[in-house]
Amino acid sequence: MAHDTSFTNQEFKVIGTRPPRPDGVDKVTGRAAYGADTFAPGQLVGLILRSPHAHAQIRKIDTSRAEKLKGVKAVITSDDLPDLTNGDRAMLDILENCMARGRALYDGHAVAAVAAIDAETARKALKLIKVDYKRLPHVTDVDEAVKPDAPIVQPYVRTAGVQPPPTKASNISQISEFGHGDVEAGFAQADFIVEESYKTEQTHQGYIEPHACLASVGPDGQGELWVTTQGHFTFRNQCAALLGMDVAKLKVTASEIGGGFGGKTHVWMEPVALALSRKANRPVKVVMSRDEVFRATGPTSSTSVDVKIGAKKNGRITAATATLRYQTGAFPGIWGMLGAMTAYACYDLKNVKTVGYNVLVNRPKVAAYRAPSAPMAAFAVESTIDLLAAKVGMEPVDFRIKNAAKKGTKASYGPTYGPIGIGPTLEAVKNHPHMRARLGKNQGRGMACGFWFNFGGQTCTDLNIGVDGTVNLTVGTVDVGGSRASLSLIAAEELGIPYERIKCNVADTSSLGHNDTTEGSRGTFSSGMATIFAARDAIEVLRERAAQTWEIDVKDVKWEGGRAVPKGVRHSNLGTLTLEELAAASPNTGGPIAGHNEVVADGAGVSFASHICDVEVDPETGATKVLRYTVVQDAGKAIHPDYVEGQLQGGAAQGIGWALNEEYIYGKDGRLQNPGFLDYRIPVCSDLPFIDTEILEIPNPNHPYGVRGVGETSIVPPLAAVGNAVSNAANVRLTHVPMSPPRILKAIKNRRSNATTG
Amino acid sequence: MRYAAPTTTREAAALIAKAKGRAFVLAGGTDLLVRMKIGTIEPELVVDIKRIPATQSITKSATGFRIGAGVPTAAMGENNALKKAWPGVVEAANLIGSDQIQNRCTIVGNLCNASPAADSVPALIAAGAKAAIVGPRGRRTVAVDKIVTGPGTTSLKKGEFIEAITLPRPPPRSGDAYLRFIPRTEMDIAVVGAGVSLTLGPNGVVKKARVTLGAVAPTVVLVPAAARAITGTRLEDVALAKLAAACEAACNPIDDMRGTIEYRTEVAGVLARRAAKIAYQRAGGN
Repeated sequence: MAHDTSFTNQEFKVIGTRPPRPDGVDKVTGRAAYGADTFAPGQLVGLILRSPHAHAQIRKIDTSRAEKLKGVKAVITSDDLPDLTNGDRAMLDILENCMARGRALYDGHAVAAVAAIDAETARKALKLIKVDYKRLPHVTDVDEAVKPDAPIVQPYVRTAGVQPPPTKASNISQISEFGHGDVEAGFAQADFIVEESYKTEQTHQGYIEPHACLASVGPDGQGELWVTTQGHFTFRNQCAALLGMDVAKLKVTASEIGGGFGGKTHVWMEPVALALSRKANRPVKVVMSRDEVFRATGPTSSTSVDVKIGAKKNGRITAATATLRYQTGAFPGIWGMLGAMTAYACYDLKNVKTVGYNVLVNRPKVAAYRAPSAPMAAFAVESTIDLLAAKVGMEPVDFRIKNAAKKGTKASYGPTYGPIGIGPTLEAVKNHPHMRARLGKNQGRGMACGFWFNFGGQTCTDLNIGVDGTVNLTVGTVDVGGSRASLSLIAAEELGIPYERIKCNVADTSSLGHNDTTEGSRGTFSSGMATIFAARDAIEVLRERAAQTWEIDVKDVKWEGGRAVPKGVRHSNLGTLTLEELAAASPNTGGPIAGHNEVVADGAGVSFASHICDVEVDPETGATKVLRYTVVQDAGKAIHPDYVEGQLQGGAAQGIGWALNEEYIYGKDGRLQNPGFLDYRIPVCSDLPFIDTEILEIPNPNHPYGVRGVGETSIVPPLAAVGNAVSNAANVRLTHVPMSPPRILKAIKNRRSNATTG
Repeated sequence: MRYAAPTTTREAAALIAKAKGRAFVLAGGTDLLVRMKIGTIEPELVVDIKRIPATQSITKSATGFRIGAGVPTAAMGENNALKKAWPGVVEAANLIGSDQIQNRCTIVGNLCNASPAADSVPALIAAGAKAAIVGPRGRRTVAVDKIVTGPGTTSLKKGEFIEAITLPRPPPRSGDAYLRFIPRTEMDIAVVGAGVSLTLGPNGVVKKARVTLGAVAPTVVLVPAAARAITGTRLEDVALAKLAAACEAACNPIDDMRGTIEYRTEVAGVLARRAAKIAYQRAGGN
């Protein structure tokens, strides 16, 4: 049944309230089962041998001694994962990332794996595998990798997006251009022009739960996978394709997830676990160590960005350009392109041009990280915007308001905006008491904006009414941030029954049609839409059952406050039938009552945020303390405000960590030096102030409730907001993220010595 | 792997001395168990000393304090007499790890782990602490600064372990302080640490001082030149500048993921200055 997805401005009874999340008790009592928390009879321990080299040819792998060790049930290499991808290079890249094929491409790249009866035996077996490596020259820095004489990471790669198509291999996998107008003419009109270059270092999503799975494949080709993932349907499709299994015969169950932030959107070691299980004919559990998580999964790009923006004396921007070089790890990715698309999305520009480079280096394959690529572009652009505002002589917030995109603006990445929230978030910032709070010595304030596209995609949802009138809502989007609570609220709203009578489950892949991965802030947007329609579908059935009971036309039955109500004076003697009564009678009125919906949720509403940050910088040590932080973001409609605020706070916290201390540090040997939480410094509680939030609600016209995704945009402004605050506090412009104490102290000292010599 | 939990120091020493493979003493275990878990060490024998009564208490006597090797640093923070006498030592011990870690970790473990960045060690050395060592050939007492010989190595002989740390009773008008630099606010390893202990004369002039630096050399360094720079002064700006310069000169750090040579050297001077001021105030100077 086709449903209208348009915003209707309906009045809500429970949407916008804050009941406790249904998964809360399990999570605080430890009953919740995460990736490593399930067990199968006879399960083996799987461990992976990883390359200690940044780049090396694998001349030979001798597994014979490991195979002979008592207790070892399977040893695999890439020979056990033959290429079944039929020319699909993107799939082959995924397979090659799971297990090196002739060459180790980064420190931590998997080269072999074992399954044994216990961890001790598996560890011994790993030591018995002899790999004959021939070390090759490597490159880990993005600016080094684009040089013509850089070692080539992937000989098959030719730069896409240039004419004529090149014949020589390059580390630049793609160059993509966005924009409109004539930037040269625009700069000619400018009274002020600022040009600056920026660098950001590689960060990891830092999810506390490492990758973990339990895989089981039988000799009949049927299999099961229990795994921590943001998208079990995607994992099923990828694993089945890579292992030559039938999609329907691999059942994937998503465990509770201890954080993903984009890092759990595609497979890492799951095909390896399945291959081990297939070879051993026993279930195999693989749980990564933190060291493996850092070395071989998830990081975001390190970047190098050049920005140029010009403006007139009146504060109007006349032209803006950016060149963005993003490393994508050892495999091609789209990350530089996304940086180029998002860089100027907040602004209404006549002349704009951005060029994104996707660059290969000998580092782990880059994965999505919460609004992937946007934070680094925003850091470069929003820092330059502050510099330009100072030149023009305007307050940073006023300068941004003057140039903000609005309804009808042609976005720098192509489309023309509908109703959007950038202007309102900026006005809210301008009027926020935070902006007027007094600052002390060595303290500074910064602000910045951010944008993210959001995504909709495929969703399939079931709603089943039990005999007692309680409701099972069965969804296929993994709950990464409280979506079971939000979706239960939506079902309660539509059915007109209390929230407590809904139980929302995330079903396994054999129980529902395909659901896209929980990414692009799509969970509550798309599954929310499907939930509305599934509930309305069930209400149709409920009305029919009532009509049948009353022996009247279904057209004369309306659904109101959780009950069927006959319309008109003619039927006024019939009373009403509650959902409970209809459910209890259902065995005799036609059987179970259910609703169902499958939808491609188009029309995800773009999302904007503006942040304010106060810091204090110790001028003698370069240490930064974040004193106060405020997030203003457009949610479209906040279904469950607690979890919207949680998303806004979480993104800000991750962004602050990225801005100040988090970074991958590679040695000259191309090996990662800090693969652990001791020296990869995510913020601890005491590093952060309470993060204040203000939710704006500018409805998305393409969702019945006006919902926009809220999960990602909050990580976009912090790098720049913190950067602007630190630069104001230290009285020197910081252009390299993270702004760690040594970098800040050096910048302060350079400023002082320039001041004396200049 | 064998695990033993003897109830006397003599028994413990005998077990360690007789071990065939690598034997380790387990006090709080906050370093040992982590290293075992990630596989950097595979002990043949682990001797838990927490059942030995002598390791379990903080005692105060006419000559000072004795802190048992099994006393968690959180217990030091709850001992008012110790806090009053040696606030710098206690604050250093209460910077290690996190609250949870401090409920288990010990200053002896922190010392014997032999990290150049150990937080409690600069404060202990500044305070003139001594280690009471038990071994197969009996007991000996040595200054804490003689224990660590390099990253991960100590002067303890096979079978020896430290039963307790002793601190002298501070003379009147004394104060100590320890500061460390970390990029975060907790749960981190010192990039630089500085300990200062000083005693004032009746006129508020520094009569005696000890200045130490952590994480700027293979072992914690005692910097006599820094002590001399403030002795006979009231910590005037000139004296503090000389103190900082002496500290910078004593640095021999490495470049690593926690900090650069340049950064560590400069911050060593800054922290020593700040720690000296706190110690001076605690001693009653102003």
